[in-house]
Formats: sequence, structure tokens, C-alpha cells
Amino acid sequence: MSDAALTQALPRPARLALGETATAWLLSAPAIIAYLLMLLLPTLATIALAFTDFELGATGFAWIGLDNFAEMLSDRGFMTSLRNTIIYVGLVTPGSIAGALALALLIEAGTRGRTFFRAVFFLPVVSLTVAMAAAWQYLLHPSIGPLNAMLRVAGLGAPEWLSSSSTVLLSLAAIGIWENLGFNLVLFLAGLTAIPRELYAAAEVDGARHAWQRFRLVTWPMLGPTTLFVLTITMIRAVRVFDTVAVLTQGGPNKASQVLLYTMYEEGFTYFRLGYSAAITLVFLAIVLAMMWLQTKVLDKRVHYG
Amino acid sequence: MAERATPLYRDTPRLLLLALAGLIMLMPYIWMVAASMKPLDEIFRASLTLLPERFHAIENYGKVFARIPVGLYLWNGLVVCGGILFFQLLFAVPAGYALAKLRFPGKEFVFGAVMLGLLVPPHVQALPLYVAFSQLGLLNSYTALIAPFTISVFAIFLFRQFFKSLPDDLIHAARLDGFSEMAIVWRVVLPNAWPAATAFSIFSVVAHWNDLFWPLIVVNGQDYATPALGVMYFRSAEAGDDFGALMAAAVIMTAPLVIAFLLAQRRFVEGIATTGLKG
Repeated sequence: MSDAALTQALPRPARLALGETATAWLLSAPAIIAYLLMLLLPTLATIALAFTDFELGATGFAWIGLDNFAEMLSDRGFMTSLRNTIIYVGLVTPGSIAGALALALLIEAGTRGRTFFRAVFFLPVVSLTVAMAAAWQYLLHPSIGPLNAMLRVAGLGAPEWLSSSSTVLLSLAAIGIWENLGFNLVLFLAGLTAIPRELYAAAEVDGARHAWQRFRLVTWPMLGPTTLFVLTITMIRAVRVFDTVAVLTQGGPNKASQVLLYTMYEEGFTYFRLGYSAAITLVFLAIVLAMMWLQTKVLDKRVHYG
Repeated sequence: MAERATPLYRDTPRLLLLALAGLIMLMPYIWMVAASMKPLDEIFRASLTLLPERFHAIENYGKVFARIPVGLYLWNGLVVCGGILFFQLLFAVPAGYALAKLRFPGKEFVFGAVMLGLLVPPHVQALPLYVAFSQLGLLNSYTALIAPFTISVFAIFLFRQFFKSLPDDLIHAARLDGFSEMAIVWRVVLPNAWPAATAFSIFSVVAHWNDLFWPLIVVNGQDYATPALGVMYFRSAEAGDDFGALMAAAVIMTAPLVIAFLLAQRRFVEGIATTGLKG
């Protein structure tokens, strides 16, 4: 009441020295300039580049329409890279979601060690990826790596992991799961705490005696929106895989670990074929946008329990 | 699900499972630290003992400090992360305030541009920015490392959301007290948005300390190498198969953020998980 009285007593107290419009634009000006220079113009330039044959160091360039995109279709390197990226995303997404959900349920099921285990699983998220990639390289080393040493003790074979084209993508995906799990875990923990306790009591009254029944009847449906959100977030993060590939395999052996961003990097910054690299960037952007579109679609529809 | 404490014996299976999973998660760290203290012949023997027979940590870590300018890399990481965060806040906080609390024609348009910017991953701008920096002779500089990230549409979005929840009376009162709009932004609004600012800062520093993509593009050689690049150089050129020294280098470069994380665990988790959603 007193607030309302105060604002009424004073004729428009928010009178600005400069006028509201001018002030607002002045305050936003640095952000707008940086936005134009560092975000909007470069993005438009990438789109334009994708339709040229521009190469760094060449004297001129020509508009070549969709030729870059046509070249992709017949470029085995690019097609391998696209396929590898899809496989990588297809492995990391379910792996890190299932792992994170299982661990979140385990952590939530009791009171002991919550903060401790959350910290342990979250550690990879804050660790320098390049350094941890080096640690993984040692861990997975075919001859001196501790993992193969353990497998030998157990009498199992010693795979080549990162140095064989049949296991390299699998090894990178395992590292990817390890990297993303903690992040998803924290999101699931937030989703789990939001479930009202009374629902579990109600389910028990209705005869859901086993933990599994309670999970199926209460946790899983209530966690639906979180799971869908985590799903799209993980896909968007996984499709951006670059660091581990750049450090550990450089796309090898024999292109078996080429992924979209690494191919884009190589074409653009190693071979300086900027036009072609920009076209690959647009494919990457299209995939990310499709995932975001899916996210808004799915979340709009499914967030409410209907 | 039980609110009262479960007896320890009933909690044991759960704790054992978690411990096992935790051990697997920590495997790379455990072996990284172990190898960083072993001499090379012990590493090559590939035994499963964690403790070194001959303690070689001083030699391994010494080698890292002797061969690469560790201090310089860490300093570069600090300058780059600090510079990026400084400009991100400098640009995004006033813009977020204008979008949250001021009425002006074109506001919807500006906010639309922010939302549009959220859709574009930073990799998309890399090629033209590289050409521009190369034309300006700015490759291998702090400018090249910092400038592309000075604008964070995500920060604008985050601050706008947070500022919107601050009471208007707070701002009216400051205006009556004769504060300029600039002073209101930095001395009234920002101090009241501390949780958002800390969360964003942690998110930003972690993202850029760990970034490899952009530094790899614009930096060549040691002078402006960030910690991520430093590990990469050490790995490819200097160390080769010297895993003891390589692991020592990895430990040194990972340590600053991991220590910060262990000290302020809750803030990190909140900062990255709540703000990192758009990352």
C-alpha cells in the first residue's frame, strides 16, 4: 500500500536525465557493436563463404552456388566424418544418460555421501579436456596402458583401443560418456528432488511394493521432461566433439575417427579451403539447429503431464 | 526415499556400488597421478602397482618446468579467461539491465537478436574471424583469443532474466537519490544479482580455460599458448613417449580448476548445471 502511495505521489519518479530510449540504447551499445562484429557478421560471412570456392592465399574467388554441397556428397572423407559423428552421438547419448540416471537414483536413495559422490562424478566436467585426453591415452595405451595390463591379468585380449580403426570410435565414445556423465547426473538429481515425496507414499498404498514398481509408476513418468531435456542437451554437446579427436587421433587411423568439427577444422585451417570448410560448418549448424528445434518441440508438447 | 536415516548395514550395498562407479570415474586421475611419479622403465613395465618403486616425481615435474614455460601458459590462461569474463560482464550487464528494466522502441527486436544468437554455436564464426584477424595481423595475440568471446548473448539473457525479478522500487529509489543509470547498473543492480554473476563467471571461466578449438586456430607457438595448447605442444613435440613427464604436465595444467572446484563445489555445480544448459 505504502509503495503504491509513494509511486502515485511522485509524478513518474523514474524520470531519466537522458530519456529512457536514449539511455537504453546507450547501455546496450557496446553489446550491440560486439554482437554485430563478433557474432552476426561472421555468421553471415560463413553462410556466404559456403557458396564460394574461396581459399586462403588465392587471389580471387568465384561464386559456385551449391558446388561445395555437391562435392560433400561425393567426398568419402566427409561422408565418413558425418557417419562417425552420428555413431559417436548415438553411443555417447544413451551411454551418458543411462549411466547418469542410474547413479542419480543411487545417490538419491540414501543420505550418506551425496555431496561426495556428486563431486566425484562431476570432476571430469571441470577438468582440462586436453590433459585428461592425455591421461586416457596412457590408460588405453595398447602395450603399457594399465587397462590392458588388467585385461591381460584377467586373461582377456588386449585391444588396440585408440590405434585400431575398429575400436577407435568406441574408445572416443567411452571418453565422451565419461566427460558428459557428471553434467547429466546433476540435471537428473535436480529433477529427482523436484518429485513430491507424497507420490511415493501414494504408490506404496496402491500396492507398489518394489523399488522397481515405484520407479516405473512414479519416478520415470515424473522425470520425463528432465529426461527429454537431458537427451537433447547431450546430443547437442556430443555433436560438438573436437578436443579428444584433435589430441588423440587427428581423425585417424585411416579416417576412422573423423568427425564433423575436426573435418571442418582440417579443411579450413590445414588445407585452407575456406569455402568448403564453411559449407561443412553449415551442415554442422543445421544439425545443431535441428536438435534445438526438436528440443523446443518436444519440451513444449511433453513438459505437461497432460 | 526414507527420510529417517537408514542403518548403515542396509546402506552398504548402495555405497559399495557408488564407490565402484566412483573408482571407475577416477581411474584416469589415479593413473595420471601415479604415472607422474614413476620413472620411465617402471611405466614401460606396465605393472599394476600404483606406487612407484623409485620415487621419480621430482624428475618428471622438473622436466616439465624445464622444457615448457608452465608459468607462462598458466598466466596466459588467466589473462584470457579474465579478459573474456571482464568484457562479457562489461557488455552484458548494462544490456541485460536495459532489456529488463527500461522501456524503449526496438526492445523486442534486440531481445529477438539475443535469442537468435543463442542458437549459433561459436564454431560457426571461426572461419571469417580467422580471416579477419589474419588480415589485421592480430593472430598470436591476446586480442585474437579474447575478442570473439566478448559478446555473450547467453550472459545478456541470463542477466535480463535475473534483473527482471528485482523490484522496481529499488531502481526508483536509486534514481531519487540522484544515481545515474550507469551507477544504478553497477552499484545497485549488479550487487543484487550476485548469484547470477557468480554462476555465470564460473561457467565462463571453466568453458574458456578448457577450450581448445579457438586457441588452436589463432595461436601458433609458445608466447600466447593457453594451458590446453601447452599440454598439446608438450605431448606432440617434447615428450613423445615420455609418459611420466606428460602426466606431470597434465596434472599441473588440470590442477588450478580442479582445486577451485574442490574448494567451492556447490557453486561450481550450480554455476555450470544451471547456466551451462545453453553452453
